[in-house]
Amino acid sequence: MIRLAARTILLTMTVFALGGCGIKPWVKPYERHILADPIMNFSRDPVSAAYETHVYQARESARGAEGSQGGGCGCN
Amino acid sequence: MPRLARRAVAVLLVLLLGLMPLLAAVLPEDRSDALYHAYNGGGLEVNGPSILLRKQVGKSSSLSANYYVDSITSATIDVITAASPYTEKRTEKSVGVDYVFNKSIMSTGYTNSIENDFDAQSAFFNISQNMFGDLTTVSLGYARGWDVITKTGDPDFKEKANRQSYSLGITQVLTKNLLMAFNFQTITDEGFLNNPYRSVRYLDPTSASGYSFEPEVYPRTRTSNAAALRAIYYLPYRASVHGEYRYFSDDWGIRAFNAGVGYTHPIGGHWLLDFKYRYYEQSKADFYSDLFPYAQAQNYLARDKEMSSYSNQTIGFGMSYQIFPKGLRFIDKGSINLKYDYLMFEYDDFRNITKTGYAPGKEPLYEFTASVTQLFFSIWY
Repeated sequence: MIRLAARTILLTMTVFALGGCGIKPWVKPYERHILADPIMNFSRDPVSAAYETHVYQARESARGAEGSQGGGCGCN
Repeated sequence: MPRLARRAVAVLLVLLLGLMPLLAAVLPEDRSDALYHAYNGGGLEVNGPSILLRKQVGKSSSLSANYYVDSITSATIDVITAASPYTEKRTEKSVGVDYVFNKSIMSTGYTNSIENDFDAQSAFFNISQNMFGDLTTVSLGYARGWDVITKTGDPDFKEKANRQSYSLGITQVLTKNLLMAFNFQTITDEGFLNNPYRSVRYLDPTSASGYSFEPEVYPRTRTSNAAALRAIYYLPYRASVHGEYRYFSDDWGIRAFNAGVGYTHPIGGHWLLDFKYRYYEQSKADFYSDLFPYAQAQNYLARDKEMSSYSNQTIGFGMSYQIFPKGLRFIDKGSINLKYDYLMFEYDDFRNITKTGYAPGKEPLYEFTASVTQLFFSIWY
């Protein structure tokens, strides 16, 4: 599984390197006002998102891929 | 892997610094938040403040700092059945910096967490890149953590644990109304990974209760993987609905998933209402048992309820009221926010041994509920 993670990183690098290539965006810049609305944010309030991540990390064995940083301790 | 990962990150940095022209990425907004949090459930009360400050410095950098406190009063079932209730305080301080360079943002930060019997330090580095016409953002992260674990009442007890984390994130604009995000994270731990106060129980005919306790013993390494998919969709009348699914597995035999949905509904120009539901389920660790057949029954022993098979559900509600809509001196806008989550935990193989009159292993299964309240004030400037 760790090897899989390494491969994933290498694949991502390749994607990064291709990032400058000329793919035409299908959502135009002037169509992005909806996406810029705060209600379209995955974690609108970082301080609250970090706390909620910490609440679950302290009580569940699952960890990682939360999309926001949690706290550092294993308090019970 | 670590060597390969280091090479990958090094090559990636060269690529990012050399190849990336065009439109700029955007630094996080300048804002400050003052939050009060309170958790109450299962005999545990945790509350305290969290203060987050963020300010752009120059054209390319943003600095952030967070001060967070957990004031803990614990009389949970694990504590009252094998130890004594206690109070303690955890203080966490974090600093971070984000640096924007063309379409990339590089972030790094350091966190220090101190309790009377647990010190944790961690540092992270993250790099994200906008690409494909700015419809895709890819990010890579690496973090390390160094824990020092001591034990109240045992001055000779001192153990360490080290953690490493590798993460990948991809956020994709699918349509002008739909955003998706994929996250993958591998975490490895090495060192003392169990709670030094926790015990397992085993059948003991010489005991009046029919069982006795002995300390938990966990493996000294752990590796876990988690993958998550999230989506958020804009509804035609200005509201949004979002969903998420995450799958988790580790080499202790635990498999878990959580899934959730949420809905955000503005009212007028000032109010935002949030509703959410989340379900979580996990299977037990290979070395978990509620009741071992005899003392030292196997090499590794766990009865921590977080290692058992269980599920929980969360129902949440939030309201946000915008203040200073036209600004006030240096403030552009602000908000007052209240959030309330109700959590319900049901255990499949962790028994409530505070219930008496049952044969060992026949006690009712444990369950509890908890309330999580957040009240916070935010300003943008």
